[in-house]
Amino acid sequence: MAKNSSRSRVATEINASSMADIAFLLLIFFLVTTTIDVDKGILVKLPPWSNEPPPEMKLNSRNVFSVLVNANNDLLVRKKPAELAKLRERAVEFITNPSGAPDLAERPTKAIISLKNDRGTGYETYLTVYNELKAAYNEIWDEEAKALGHPGYSDDLPLEVRRQIKLKIPMVLSEAEPTAFGDEK
Amino acid sequence: MSKFRKKGKSMPAISTASLPDIIFMLLFFFMVVTVMRESELKVKVLVPEATELTKLEQKSLVNYIYIGKPTPKNQSVYGTSPRLQLGDKISNINDIPLFLEQFKAGVPEVQRPRITSSIRVDGDVTMGIVQDVKTELRKQGQLRVNYSARQRTEDL
Repeated sequence: MAKNSSRSRVATEINASSMADIAFLLLIFFLVTTTIDVDKGILVKLPPWSNEPPPEMKLNSRNVFSVLVNANNDLLVRKKPAELAKLRERAVEFITNPSGAPDLAERPTKAIISLKNDRGTGYETYLTVYNELKAAYNEIWDEEAKALGHPGYSDDLPLEVRRQIKLKIPMVLSEAEPTAFGDEK
Repeated sequence: MSKFRKKGKSMPAISTASLPDIIFMLLFFFMVVTVMRESELKVKVLVPEATELTKLEQKSLVNYIYIGKPTPKNQSVYGTSPRLQLGDKISNINDIPLFLEQFKAGVPEVQRPRITSSIRVDGDVTMGIVQDVKTELRKQGQLRVNYSARQRTEDL
């Protein structure tokens, strides 16, 4: 009994001077393994797979903005060679059709962007084209949000407002099955 | 003069008792923000640049698919044409269903519709293999896809 009590009296103080060293060690470990950068990218919703070929649709050609990218990474927009740098501008003009031109989309709700690539198309080009088309829509949505008195279109907007904007200007980007002229195999 | 000397003499040693607390605070910060490298890359991936980026929020709901040329070390085994890496091994297109299923098994049922596939593709890869992966993902019903990209700063 006496032994016990004496022991507890001795062990009252734990030497904590090495605590800092231990913490430092752990800290350095986590410092080294940390990657602060977050994964970012273009979020896409793929269409569900179906075995039947899609139904043939009769579309007024003025409502279709076709973008073709071949295996040489050349662009064909509405059957004419085009530049990547002008794609966004042209897409915006096509969708909104501010001057009411007869060869651009009747209404934003009727506009369809059709993207078709080849199996030999470079991924970088493909993603850049996709990015430009998405940017065109984002630009229009931004304008729309500003017209409604919001600072701009972003995910911070209330869901109801976003839905309203997307109802007015829906993003219709259809990707056709790619051709296989420039396949590597 | 004497005033200064007096002050210097009476200066006590700085207490280091709170040092561990400070270090622990830093430690916890880094523990929270740390993301461990998910897997060793066997293919070279340098994702292209883009502007319309979305941040991937919940890391636990993201699975990664890498596509690129095998790194020089792995070229003797896997060749030089672009390959697909799932988890930490080089795979084929028909390994995707199992990979997705295994990932799904580790996610609570309510969160399963929010699973996103992050496809990290090297910019130099041609679309053929990417298209095959996309088709397989569609067949498996994994429709939420994120094309990983870096932020572009200059104009096209």
